[in-house]
Amino acid sequence: MVVTLDQVFREEWGRVVATLVGFLGDFDLAEEAAQEAFAIAADHWPRDGVPTNPRAWLMRTARNRATDRIRRERALAARFDLLVAADRAEAPMNPTAFPDERLELIFTCCHPALAVEAQVALTLRTLGGLTTDEIARAFLVPEPTMAQRLVRAKRKIKAARIPFRVPPAHLLRERLDAVLAVVYLIFNEGYSGRDELAAEAIWLGRALTELLPDDPEIRGLLAMMLLHDSRRDARFSGGELVLLADQDRSQWNPTQIAAGRAELDRAIALGGRGPYVLQAAIASLHAETPCDWAQIAALYGELGRLSGSPVVELNRAIAIAETDGPEAGLRIVDGLGLDDFRYLHSTRAELLRRLGRTDQARDAYRRARQLTDDGAERRFLDRRLTELAATTDSG
Amino acid sequence: MKYIMLIYQGTALERQAALPEEEQKQVYADYQAINQTPGVTPAPPMGLPQNATTVRVEGGKTLTTDGPFVGMKEAVGGLFILEADDLDAAIEVAARVPAARYGGAVEIRPSEVYW
Repeated sequence: MVVTLDQVFREEWGRVVATLVGFLGDFDLAEEAAQEAFAIAADHWPRDGVPTNPRAWLMRTARNRATDRIRRERALAARFDLLVAADRAEAPMNPTAFPDERLELIFTCCHPALAVEAQVALTLRTLGGLTTDEIARAFLVPEPTMAQRLVRAKRKIKAARIPFRVPPAHLLRERLDAVLAVVYLIFNEGYSGRDELAAEAIWLGRALTELLPDDPEIRGLLAMMLLHDSRRDARFSGGELVLLADQDRSQWNPTQIAAGRAELDRAIALGGRGPYVLQAAIASLHAETPCDWAQIAALYGELGRLSGSPVVELNRAIAIAETDGPEAGLRIVDGLGLDDFRYLHSTRAELLRRLGRTDQARDAYRRARQLTDDGAERRFLDRRLTELAATTDSG
Repeated sequence: MKYIMLIYQGTALERQAALPEEEQKQVYADYQAINQTPGVTPAPPMGLPQNATTVRVEGGKTLTTDGPFVGMKEAVGGLFILEADDLDAAIEVAARVPAARYGGAVEIRPSEVYW
């Protein structure tokens, strides 16, 4: 099997950074050392071949780079915080058995002393391996703003000494909601084509169910992710995006659907009716034929009351368009203030198209296309625009 | 790690004054317990923000104004020094400060040299 550097990077980045943070006690140092190790790998591996244990190789190389840097800096200035890291870096390290410290990492990244935006950004950067630019685009903020957010978060972790650990029992509950929100966001990022991030989010979800087996929301989140991920192969055909209604259901993964529904059943049995349980129930209904749109609209209504999110309301509009017609859906969409959200415009466009209001539909597709960076989504919108060009306005 | 724990009274003083005597005693006892917590170095009692004077220098001229730097409600009401392992330990002590549950707040600043 040919292992590309990119694959190894995606699979190992989070683990390498987590272990280094645990080992060095310093986010910046860990991230820089990991980056250097991956860069050296990119240089050596194509020539010398991929080592038998890439993780151990990366971990050892990163550790050595960190130690070198600490020694250099120690020579320049005897900084206390770096001396602490140096002591840790020189402690013996078993090169084959690295503890998986991604949970410690995610709880540190999601510490309430950090702003929520910073928690999300930091987890995506350190655990998910997303670049600052990718995170900035996912959150509709300029890249320098996101870079500043990451720098400030890392500075605060160090200066205020935010602990690197899974919180003790009495703190665990309150620390969990932010973690779940972050896992969900990572999954969403993975859902737009980056499978390894979706897998990362599912891994984190599973690890969290082991840690807190009786929490319905964790199970709800895991169920929702499994149910969405089960349709991964059907969402694209020849690299092109396929909408749910047009998907080849034989490509859905029945094992994942069953696993997702089992998690959902457990969540409901545990008395869950929170946002993730509701979303999992919606995803489960989407996997049925025929689709119970009235039930889906009702669940989105309940979810909207819990979250107050206009994005949830947008989804309810799509369900309402199925039960009460596109006009009713459009009325909801036009009342939402989400002008920078590409799915608002693509949803509007689709409803306008169904109503035969071709000119308006074309404008809405174009606006959606302007806001879309993803290649497959852009091509999908282009196809819709081409189809519309062959139609005349009847609205 | 040394943390400086800044206590903001907010509306806590008024609310505490309206409490039954037993509960007021509890507030004093809670502050006493904070002062005796291992790692805590109490600071001298801080007077009221209305008695504060704020000094700024603009263009070489010293400008003195009556009152705290920010508004009365946002002014620091007291402080203590805490030696703790990490921020979570500091947060737990902060949560025991009565002002925090009577409408005030505690701000945690790591003691560091940043200049």
